[in-house]
Amino acid sequence: MVSLCFYFQVHQPARLRKYTVFEINNNHDYFDHKKNREIAKKVANKCYLPTNKLILDLIKKHSGAFKVSYSITGTALEQFEEYVPEVIQSFQELADTKQVEFLSETYHHSLSFLYSKDEFREQVSMHKEKMLKLFNYKPKVFRNTELIFNNELGNFIEGMGYKGILAEGADHVLGWRSPNFVYRPKTCNKIKLLLKNYKLSDDIAFRFSEKSWKEHPLTIEKFSQWVNEVNGNGNLINLFMDYETFGEHQWSQTGIFRFLKNLPTEILKHPDNNFVTPSEAVEKYDVTSELDIHNPVSWADVERDLSAWLGNKMQTESLREIYAIEQQVKDSKDSKLIEDWRKLQTSDHFYYMCTKWFADGDVHKYFNPYDSPYDSYIFFMNALNDVMGRIRNHELSKENIQNFAESKA
Amino acid sequence: MKVLMFGWEFPPYSSGGLGTACYGLTKGLSRQNMEVTFVVPYDVEIESDFVKLLSTNIKIKRIKSLLQPYLSSASYSTILSKKKKRPFPKIYGETLFEEVYRYGEAAKEIAMEEDFDIIHCHDWLTFKAGINAKELSGKPLVVHVHATEFDRTGGHGVNQQVYDTERGGMEKADRIIAVSNYTKQKIVQHYGIHPDKIIVVHNAIEIPEEIHFDINKQDKVVLFLGRLTLQKGPDYFLYAAKKVLGYDPHIKFIIAGSGDMERFIIEKSAELGISSNVLFAGFLEGNDVYRAYRMADLYVMPSVSEPFGLTALESMRSGTPVLISNQSGVSEVITHCLKADFWDVNDIANKIVAALKYSELHHTLKEHGSLESHRFNWNEPAKKCVDIYNSLM
Repeated sequence: MVSLCFYFQVHQPARLRKYTVFEINNNHDYFDHKKNREIAKKVANKCYLPTNKLILDLIKKHSGAFKVSYSITGTALEQFEEYVPEVIQSFQELADTKQVEFLSETYHHSLSFLYSKDEFREQVSMHKEKMLKLFNYKPKVFRNTELIFNNELGNFIEGMGYKGILAEGADHVLGWRSPNFVYRPKTCNKIKLLLKNYKLSDDIAFRFSEKSWKEHPLTIEKFSQWVNEVNGNGNLINLFMDYETFGEHQWSQTGIFRFLKNLPTEILKHPDNNFVTPSEAVEKYDVTSELDIHNPVSWADVERDLSAWLGNKMQTESLREIYAIEQQVKDSKDSKLIEDWRKLQTSDHFYYMCTKWFADGDVHKYFNPYDSPYDSYIFFMNALNDVMGRIRNHELSKENIQNFAESKA
Repeated sequence: MKVLMFGWEFPPYSSGGLGTACYGLTKGLSRQNMEVTFVVPYDVEIESDFVKLLSTNIKIKRIKSLLQPYLSSASYSTILSKKKKRPFPKIYGETLFEEVYRYGEAAKEIAMEEDFDIIHCHDWLTFKAGINAKELSGKPLVVHVHATEFDRTGGHGVNQQVYDTERGGMEKADRIIAVSNYTKQKIVQHYGIHPDKIIVVHNAIEIPEEIHFDINKQDKVVLFLGRLTLQKGPDYFLYAAKKVLGYDPHIKFIIAGSGDMERFIIEKSAELGISSNVLFAGFLEGNDVYRAYRMADLYVMPSVSEPFGLTALESMRSGTPVLISNQSGVSEVITHCLKADFWDVNDIANKIVAALKYSELHHTLKEHGSLESHRFNWNEPAKKCVDIYNSLM
């Protein structure tokens, strides 16, 4: 028996505008509303709306046999609500089929787990509330930003009551083992670990239209044959990818929608194949063995580690600085300030600062709304400096009130 | 293979990037076992250590002439009138175009005397010389475009005679070398040359010897280094300085270079009320150039139209981060730098402040930029030239 488990990541960051140093303390609006709206609309039309419709049709057509899962960030949902509310509706229609699972993650698609467990917990619960409010759904499986995972996160998430967690099936973690089984983090007791089959996932997500790839063009027959080959030496194929693969990274002209449309029928031709959601996979399959993952793994770049976000000093220092002011931001009780600070935590801002140009650089370039990692850093740091100014203003006014009160007394 | 090269300046008798580029290229070619005879249009004694520096494969040929690089026809007359006050040999022509003609005539003699397989000439003042040498010898001609009249004038007041000379050379040439895609684009657009005839060979730098400088300074220093002409955008540097000083009044701006805008820039800095923060270093040469880079915390090259921009590489090699205009050839080949449009004074000022304010930014630019600059040595461009020569044999 082979189960296919689809998980699609849906994310849009609140991109920063070209916020100059001269605006610090004068203007507290850091975000590029125009660009964010444009991109949200563009991707909605190219990907979210047509793909949701296709998935809905497939779910109906296969009456219970086809199912998928999504993780949708809070920052993306806010943009949909503001700019393209029909995307929210189409996800709600999917939720109504009960064949769709929604995963849990940090609201702001942040790296908070690495810096502040308190902030991490708050963002996860913010996201949980959003899932409940919009989709009337209580997530049971967790996925961390960019599939970043290590034992420590496994323990923490187990402690929060989740029964499953997703991670990258990186070679340096698995060694000779296969990603097509369910594992348990070595330091955990109950939680199950689902690992991305990066070969088959990336065949769709990255290589689908790559003409220099020897398997190009990827036909659905070829792909199902690879899936069928797993029969007998694995029981679960986790296909984890960005949802934007459909129609945005791989344009409609590449045939990606046709591929997805034919996929369930072709896979289900083999009587031993089926589709599961992450929760079902966790229920259905026992743990094969333990995995000891001390250093964080992720699904980014060839290194599949943290170097896309923590590869240079600009990145490590700006991350350190944004979490260093956590207490002061929260003490201000200024909800707009707290919200802006959280939006600045979105991992994309740090990804844009990556200077690993060559090889992986082209991927970074594609996703970078700015001209260079240096520009990204400048806009970010200018905004962060303004946040610090706002904190100081709060502290000063608090002091003034105290002084005033004392002088009265 | 023997190359007959016509240039107009060669270190130490040079005043800008062209001489530096010719020096590097000929040195690179000599490492490719090319025998280069380099012709310069002035009569100077070449010092012995200089020849040794060039390697034995390069001979320096001299012609008596007043030619200087970067001259527009108008500024040539000024120099001529200054020279006239001194004992003035009759040999000099009255106009720049006469000098170009004279250089072309002299080239005929050289073409008959010298033994060579290919002719390679650098920028418009040498094009007549190159064409004459080609017509006499029947050898293939390569013209190397380091700058066009459109760069020098910023597109305003293009001199027709210069344009015609440039275009004539490009048309007569068997192959054209452009120092960047930016320049190639200009050649296609303004001179009607087919893109297939133009090959881009980006410039490089020779690693300067490790020179130690004792730099004592308290203030942050931002450097402009280049001719004070419209092309180099010193005015944009000044406007950005004004904006930066509104944010931080302790920053010092050094302007190194001379040119026809010098007076304007000095007066403008007074008018803007920033003269106590803007220092003029005059024209720098040799080690002083590297001392200036080292002293600076940031080098700004706000060129309006820069075919390449060697100084950006020199600064990065010196460990000083750079902010360059997008309107430059060098911006095609480097990534570890700050970039801005020359007209966007606000963006330039923002980036100057950021580079000085955020030490991690400065650190990353310095480290990565220095590493990146090491990718540029003259072996690669020289090899590309050799390939071009071979393709014409």
